Amino acid sequence: MHHSIEVSDLKFSYPDGHIALQGISFRIAPGEKVALVGPNGAGKSTLLLHLNGLLRGEGQITVCGLPLTTENLARVRRMVGLVFQNPEDQLFSPTVFDDVAYGPIYQGLDEAEVRQRVAQALEAVGMSHYAERVSHHLSIGEKKRVAIACVLSMRPEVLILDEPTAGLDPRARRTLIRLLQDLDMTMLISTHDLPMARELLPRTLVMDEGRIVADGPTQDVLSDRPSLEAHGLLE
Amino acid sequence: MHIHFLDPYEPRQSPVHRLDGRVKLVLALGLILALSLLPTPSVKQAEILRIGMKYALLFFSLLLVSSVARLGARFLLKRSFLALPFVLAALPLMFIPKAGEVPLAQLGFLALYPQGVLRFTFLALKSWLAVQVAILMIATMPFPDLLQAMRAIGLPRLLVSMFSLTWRYLFVLADEALRLMRARAARRGDGLSGLKRLLWDAKVTGGMAASLLIRSFERADRIYFAMLARGYDGEIRAMPLPRLSPLEQAFLLTGLCLFVLFVLL
Repeated sequence: MHHSIEVSDLKFSYPDGHIALQGISFRIAPGEKVALVGPNGAGKSTLLLHLNGLLRGEGQITVCGLPLTTENLARVRRMVGLVFQNPEDQLFSPTVFDDVAYGPIYQGLDEAEVRQRVAQALEAVGMSHYAERVSHHLSIGEKKRVAIACVLSMRPEVLILDEPTAGLDPRARRTLIRLLQDLDMTMLISTHDLPMARELLPRTLVMDEGRIVADGPTQDVLSDRPSLEAHGLLE
Repeated sequence: MHIHFLDPYEPRQSPVHRLDGRVKLVLALGLILALSLLPTPSVKQAEILRIGMKYALLFFSLLLVSSVARLGARFLLKRSFLALPFVLAALPLMFIPKAGEVPLAQLGFLALYPQGVLRFTFLALKSWLAVQVAILMIATMPFPDLLQAMRAIGLPRLLVSMFSLTWRYLFVLADEALRLMRARAARRGDGLSGLKRLLWDAKVTGGMAASLLIRSFERADRIYFAMLARGYDGEIRAMPLPRLSPLEQAFLLTGLCLFVLFVLL
């Protein structure tokens, strides 16, 4: 039995010399739901971009038993569904349908299968009636849900979300949390929303300055006040 | 806060709206081509009348289409004045004589010539009517349908996808610009007036343009990442389009034949 995600000694610096990741190692088992917390600039987004090969640093990344190499890139991207922080960047097609169908079309599926995948993905996020809508005219909460549908339609093994609840009003946040609760998948969610982590994600990784500084059950990690204070996670 | 007024589509329940986008695009392009092939009459009353009738016929047909589409004549006429600035470019035609022509009138040092006036008038009519055709087309089909139609008539996919991205992010960019303008207004203060205020605004606008450009670059990177994450491999793919129904094919063919007759008769 292999792990869903296995990262060992991952290092990365940006072209301008800024060191973003300084030796990251962790494993996520199939079906696990994990929170990734840490202050702004800790390297969370950079780490997430590595997990489906959008950024390539030094070190080993294995996804569902498949090492992340240039040859495996397409397969790894199919298994890891990455939902970006700003849905505006993820919804680049003229209509909601086109966006959700994008992944399946690139997987080479036939038309009937694509339509079925789109219908199921929109259904899963409660946006079935929005297929023909233009993305620009949706609310932020709706855009986030469509962005998740875009990834679900690819049937990934692992769902990775970057700040899913940022910028949402309380009701949209609640809807999103319920939606994530209902999805039975391996998840890694980067967030500042600690109450959501407590409610939804049994395990928490804390990152600061490009390192993982804590890893354990969410209840334990989030009740260690001195540690949270040290890493800028308390108000 | 969103900018909606950029969208020229006018949703209505009408047969014109229901007509397949591909048929509409080909008919609109065909009509504009037919229009541009119409000759300019020479200075004979019978000829002016004969060709003028064609323009009138076209004008009333467009009004008819507009009312069938539940947009109404006023909608069409109001928007069609967009063509006016383009017409100005043809203005000098009026002052160019044909060999041996006698001036119609003298305006200061410029002389008006009859053939030139005719050429200008009919050119103006042509562009005015062509703009109306285009307005009717985009008002009765959502932009995504237009993109599909462009793809269907064989426009290069890369070009269509550039139109598509431009359209998608035009709104986002406009929203961003609006926010920047609001921020500028918030910081302008009351102390400035007249020329000083204009200069200050101009200076800040330069910075705004730069900031918009940089933000667009960064956004382009993020969009490219999002495309890669969903399997983009450099080739642009899309779902096959359904075939036109026999009725739509017949409609398209009839329309095109009518345009040919319109030019030839």
